[in-house]
Amino acid sequence: MAQQKIISRPSLGAFMNKYGIVVIFIGLCVILSIVSPAFLSIRNITNVIRQVSIIGIVSMGVTFCIITTGIDLSSGSMIALISVVVASMSQNAVSDSQPISIVMPILFAILISLALGAILGTINGSLTAFGKIPPFIATLGMMTAAKGAAALYTQGRPVGNLKDAFTFIGTGSFIGIPIPIWIYIVMAVLSHILLSKTKFGRHVFAIGGNEQAARICGINVEKTLVKVYAYAGFLTAVSAIMLTARTSAGNPTYGLAYELDAIASTVIGGTSLSGGIGSIPFCVIGALIIGVLNNGMDLLGVNAYWQQIVKGFIIVIAVLIDARKQKRK
Amino acid sequence: MSNENVLEMRNVHKSFPGVKALKGVDLTIKKGSVHALMGENGAGKSTLMKILYGIFHPEEGEVIFKGQPYSVKSPIDAINRGISMIPQEISPCPNLTVASNVFLGKEITANGVKLLNQKQMVKETQALFDDLGIDIDPSVMMSEISIANAQLVAIATAVSYNADLVIMDEPTSALTEKEIDKLYDIIRDLRDKKKIAVVYISHKLDEIFTICDEVSVLRDGEYIGSDSIENFDKDRLISMMVGRTMDEFFHKEEAVIGDVLLEVKDMSLSRKFKNVSFQLKQGEVLGVAGLMGAGRTEVMEALFGYRPADSGEIFIKGEKVEIKEPIDAIKHGIAFVTEDRKLTGIFPELSIKDNMIMPDIENYLKGGLLDSKKIKENCQTQREAIAIKTPTLEQLIKNLSGGNQQKVLISRWLLTTPEILILDEPTRGIDVGAKSEIHRLIGELAKMGKSIIMISSEMPEILSMSDRIMVMHEGKCSGEISRKDATQEKILALATGEQL
Repeated sequence: MAQQKIISRPSLGAFMNKYGIVVIFIGLCVILSIVSPAFLSIRNITNVIRQVSIIGIVSMGVTFCIITTGIDLSSGSMIALISVVVASMSQNAVSDSQPISIVMPILFAILISLALGAILGTINGSLTAFGKIPPFIATLGMMTAAKGAAALYTQGRPVGNLKDAFTFIGTGSFIGIPIPIWIYIVMAVLSHILLSKTKFGRHVFAIGGNEQAARICGINVEKTLVKVYAYAGFLTAVSAIMLTARTSAGNPTYGLAYELDAIASTVIGGTSLSGGIGSIPFCVIGALIIGVLNNGMDLLGVNAYWQQIVKGFIIVIAVLIDARKQKRK
Repeated sequence: MSNENVLEMRNVHKSFPGVKALKGVDLTIKKGSVHALMGENGAGKSTLMKILYGIFHPEEGEVIFKGQPYSVKSPIDAINRGISMIPQEISPCPNLTVASNVFLGKEITANGVKLLNQKQMVKETQALFDDLGIDIDPSVMMSEISIANAQLVAIATAVSYNADLVIMDEPTSALTEKEIDKLYDIIRDLRDKKKIAVVYISHKLDEIFTICDEVSVLRDGEYIGSDSIENFDKDRLISMMVGRTMDEFFHKEEAVIGDVLLEVKDMSLSRKFKNVSFQLKQGEVLGVAGLMGAGRTEVMEALFGYRPADSGEIFIKGEKVEIKEPIDAIKHGIAFVTEDRKLTGIFPELSIKDNMIMPDIENYLKGGLLDSKKIKENCQTQREAIAIKTPTLEQLIKNLSGGNQQKVLISRWLLTTPEILILDEPTRGIDVGAKSEIHRLIGELAKMGKSIIMISSEMPEILSMSDRIMVMHEGKCSGEISRKDATQEKILALATGEQL
């Protein structure tokens, strides 16, 4: 068979367009390891990834939403709600000292919490897909309501006294690597396969790229959107469980502004706010950039207020780059 | 330049990628006359008018307006020079009052301060409406008035600029008989009292003979001729509009035509089309002709379940089928290559491969995951079969030329192995080479026994490719012509609502 040989010489511009964020990430790591020798230690790196894992998992769900030209603002509040729910069900014993205490096998507690996340996500998705409410508003409603529900459930108090088997999820490790990092890896692989290797994933891209063409191709746009938000809710629940286990408590104040950090990671990872473009590996890089930056500034003793300002700049620059790409079309 | 003429255009040329839209067009408009500009879809009428209105810029040619050389960069420029236009599709701001819409862009502000003087605008709009005999309250919201009234507001707005030349592009498309008479009164007033010249574009021959003084005809981007209306009758006008020779046409090979495969009975969709019925046989190419807005695309969208019809029945191989969504149509072996590639066709950010597999992605699953080997094989075979020019199938579709994008979209649907293929303007906006390749492909598909419905606004394409031609006019089937009886004149007559 005559194989057609294609010699393509991609320009530097095209390469930077696609992999620029990876180059920035590597550059950032190189600079930090030079200015702060502590950065490259295994302990520090493990620490960074573990810190990133919570937002990192949420941001993968946000990536799905943004690819369909949607958004999810409710993840932070959902973390608060699911955190108190899972904590209330993972009690060592029934106790009056806790606002709510239920004793059951932790596997059940976890499954119920994951289902709760998926159900809340389904509500988000249904409001958007069938109610035709813009996702910004639908998830804003959920954000406000879930926050209220979390405080209502525990009268605004934290929930402690958790089983060791449960807190192991956040504090334990397996072959030297913390459990949260394992979960992050598993969720990233799962999400990547879902987005790039399944029919569902292709439909997500199709809807974000051209909704009308997607309908012509026989795609059930509404059903796909509901699935997208349900999956985002599921991932948020995974994060909530990890955070609760890590801190050995559920708390209705958890998750404050996490949705914004998740959106920032997604956007820094090159997912286009105008839809149809995005990937899980780049989303992971985006989350790692924020994590490494936070860590580096901590190591260098940069004032926390300055850290926020720097983060703000980076988010805006990432979106500016995206806007320029869009304009060139 | 004679004093009688308000506008003279000479030897105007304009090209778009892949098409020469205007090839040396002349147009002379007398002061205070109503001048019809005639031609089929794509003859260049709108392009010529958009040049006058500053939306397009000619590559070559001379324009003299009121005795001065005329060259404008934007509609605002054109309005300031004295030319205004009522576009075919008006787009008012529904959230503002009628008066605010009339004064959009030239709002009256109170002295000294930049605050709107709403009262004055309403008053002046009222005066303008009184002058024209329009009975609409200027202070109501635009969203509260009918489409026909919105059209009248657009006409009043165009006049309010004190223009010397007003262009009206299909101004009656949204109007009823009574309102059309109103429009005629307004036009006659403009002509006789204000000495304003009007360029009137319409496909309705009756209108032309009622209101126009002179006629110019364009065809395929060329100037054919002008004359005063008294020297025309309908037959002469139609033959000037279509009169091209047949030798430039592609000749489709004869295919064996089998039994009736698809039958549509009495399909209606409110305000779009009414009681449309037709049959399609195996191996047949059914051409669907008509002017823009005749409802051709809407009928096909209904058949495909994209915008389902209100009533009507669809039979495939004699059995009644329910098509509520595109997926139902796909399952019944129908494929639909839509008219607007950008709007309803391509996924710009996806690869050629992903664009191809979208409607029948189920067939590429292996254990729930996409089988990239099978995808590659099928797409590669398809790509070779219809010669898509691209270095790799991973290329994003947005980087391809229009013709190659169209080939990818046709491939997309051929991969679903359809029995019925609907092609809506399959060669619009693509270059000559790709066009003839697509024509050859349509012929081959028919020979393979596929049944094809082809909507086309291009006469040569319809005449050369179709075994049978259905003509639509204002949402209704106005007639059917067999291949051997078909002529350009007959099709155009049916398309403009004339009887054969």
